[in-house]
Amino acid sequence: MSALPPKFEGDLAELPTHAFGHRSLTWWGVVAFFLIEGTAFGLAIGVYFFLQGLENSWPPEPWKPADLLAGTLFTITILLSEIPSTIVKRAAERHDLATVRRWMLVLIPFFVLLLVFRAFEFNSLNVKWDDNAYGSIIWTLLFLHLTHILTDVADSLVLTALIWTKRGGENRRIVDVSENAMYWRFVWLTWIPIYLLIYWVPRWVK
Amino acid sequence: MTVLSGQDLPRDGEALQGAALHARLERTWGDAPGLWGWLTTTDHKKIGRRYIVTAFVFMALAGVLALAMRLQLAGPEKALMTPDRYNQLFTMHGTTMMFLFAVPVMEAMAIYLVPLMIGTRNISFPRLNAFSYWMYLAGGILLWVAFLLNIGPDAGWFSYTPLSGPQFSPGKRVDIWAQMITFTEVAALAVAVEIVATILKQRAPGMTLSRMPLFVWTMLVVALMVIFSMPSVALGSGLLISDRLIGTHFYNAYEHGDPLLWQHLFWFFGHPEVYIIFLPGAGFVSHITETFTRRPVFAYPAMVLSLVTVGLLAFGVWVHHMFATGLPRTGYAFYTAATMAVSIPAGIQIFCWIATIWDGRPRFKVPFLYVFAFIFTFVIGGLSGVMQASVPIDLQVHDTYFIVAHFHYVLVGGAVFPLLGAIDYWFPKVTGRMMGEALGKVSFWLVFLGFQVTFFPMHLLGMWGMPRRVYTYPTGMGWDEMNLIATMGSFALAAGFVLYIVNALNSARRGAIAGPNPWDAAGLEWATASPPPQYNFAHIPVVTSRTPLWDNRNHLPVMTGLRVDDREVLLTTVMDAVPDLREPSALPSIWPLASALATTCMFIASIFTPWAVVIGTFPIAAALIAWFWPKGPMSPEPVIE
Repeated sequence: MSALPPKFEGDLAELPTHAFGHRSLTWWGVVAFFLIEGTAFGLAIGVYFFLQGLENSWPPEPWKPADLLAGTLFTITILLSEIPSTIVKRAAERHDLATVRRWMLVLIPFFVLLLVFRAFEFNSLNVKWDDNAYGSIIWTLLFLHLTHILTDVADSLVLTALIWTKRGGENRRIVDVSENAMYWRFVWLTWIPIYLLIYWVPRWVK
Repeated sequence: MTVLSGQDLPRDGEALQGAALHARLERTWGDAPGLWGWLTTTDHKKIGRRYIVTAFVFMALAGVLALAMRLQLAGPEKALMTPDRYNQLFTMHGTTMMFLFAVPVMEAMAIYLVPLMIGTRNISFPRLNAFSYWMYLAGGILLWVAFLLNIGPDAGWFSYTPLSGPQFSPGKRVDIWAQMITFTEVAALAVAVEIVATILKQRAPGMTLSRMPLFVWTMLVVALMVIFSMPSVALGSGLLISDRLIGTHFYNAYEHGDPLLWQHLFWFFGHPEVYIIFLPGAGFVSHITETFTRRPVFAYPAMVLSLVTVGLLAFGVWVHHMFATGLPRTGYAFYTAATMAVSIPAGIQIFCWIATIWDGRPRFKVPFLYVFAFIFTFVIGGLSGVMQASVPIDLQVHDTYFIVAHFHYVLVGGAVFPLLGAIDYWFPKVTGRMMGEALGKVSFWLVFLGFQVTFFPMHLLGMWGMPRRVYTYPTGMGWDEMNLIATMGSFALAAGFVLYIVNALNSARRGAIAGPNPWDAAGLEWATASPPPQYNFAHIPVVTSRTPLWDNRNHLPVMTGLRVDDREVLLTTVMDAVPDLREPSALPSIWPLASALATTCMFIASIFTPWAVVIGTFPIAAALIAWFWPKGPMSPEPVIE
């Protein structure tokens, strides 16, 4: 109970109970986690260049750069997955539940392909994590991004199951779908520099 | 499906207020009775209180270790303990004070106070808040149980490689340290996210950014600093564990890694960490000074800009911890300049407080005495810091007791004194009773003078060449008297702390009844009952100035219309705090605790086998899914709009 008597100055009953983007609390939570994870990736990239600065050649002799096939297929697939993901996000924001449900299913084969390609990536690095510092950072970057992919794939699968239940129509869930699709953008955006660092920078700098 | 309009649901308003509203809100916001309610609560006040008490328990433990170290050093060539035990003691002392006391207690104060200061019913992401506490507790228990089993870490609170690497620290001691870091970082980052979201989105209508209480400003800056700095130590300690456990070579010079990489990653976190600890203290001092001088803090915009500037500069000075490692000449010049630059915003703050006191009508109550202790001690610590920004002086006093003196002056002066004042100040809000004034003054003088007697001689010892982290010293070095004086001071300091705790425990049961606003303070947290009801405010307050309770002496302007049959919070716009949305706030849940337990099992097992990371993920995933899966009745709000 308030110490001072209240003086009523307005009513909030007619305010909406959900909104997309920066008006919602979820969005701010997701953005804060972007900042945390983005900082961690940025620092890991810093470690990469710090270690590179200690070497005369990159990768150090006699190691070969990673093979390109699996990583490049992964990159193409994750970029293509943005198409169904954007369709889901837009459908969520116009409350088109049927489209959301259908296109979230379409994303599943993309997830499967990504995980298969990622497994082959570890096999195509041409170095082990305990060979030298170069191997350590290459494996760490790929592993960090693997945890990123696994978290969001698990999250998306749970959300897909949820959206097909009768609770799928609740506004909160629709906002979750939209924020989840935003998170997916962050997952592939962080992948692009990591892809370049693992596969291309060792070819460019020699 | 029934479609209901917003008006069909029970809400507060002129028709529902007073005792009837209180009963209704208590039902909605109350926890289950007994142990189950205790384990499942998502109330920011209960979790904040729990966090504060736990942090003080860890502080007391680390304080006992400090006393043991002071006894060992009281005279030359004492043999109270082995060098190995001494190494564990100073490592445990520093680690506990920094990771289990200083940062958690400041975030805990924010968990308790920020929602009350900005006029909302609960913190954002309340279940994450519960999860954070359990993670913090588990990390602290891990460290201390390991210490009791004689596998306490012994490589110093910053665990420099190569000493902490697999070659020079075999066994599990450093792994325990590194994994404790992971626990506390997860906990601290979770709270930082909640604080940012709460401050930006849940402020009372009318509380624009330029009307935000200064403690809320400091916590916004601090939370952002946590977000940008803690990933660095989390990454660094992750790489350290992987060097030790699976044979990576990040810090191994023989395989083209570099031990200095650890120092960069550690201090990129470690320096901001110091300001993460000190800035909330600046917030406490601002509130206490305002209330006890009965005048708004002088030059509010300058204070806010200084806070933000300190937060930014914090990220540009980490290399001054590495002057002794050898740097390029430009590096020395840059980091010297950046370090000295910090004294400008810090100085502006000090002058603003002095101006506030000068222009006010001071009342010398216990909390206000701590403000003076803070200014006196922190200025000395700040000045010895500026001295060390100069590379020749730094090289001379590096790793000596001068450094020990400096950082205790800054951290105890800058953070612990304001914290003790803050607890005395907000004690009536939390418990409903005043802390005893007489005993408060006795403990204040013991703490303040005991501190000076303990740590001032260390400046001299450092300049006379006594290195830190030595378990003893030979006779004839000329260090005996000052060490003995420091030891005597440390017991006076400890006696002061004991009296402070006795006073707090005693007052919680027998102190004078406080009432909602015993100090006649200006902030919103004083507009509600002491202790506040679980729902914080009966109606959502409206703010029209920086000092709302001084400007509305007869009534509290409020807005009505939040649901009373479900936990609902008001979201407002980021800059101007215009009412925007009503969003639900999470109900109590056991799943944050279950998730924390699953994560704890994985973290601890991963010290022993990397496969724990793979296998341990599944129980964590299961607990998290159970946490997020919506339960309870469907929302009665309109479903299709």
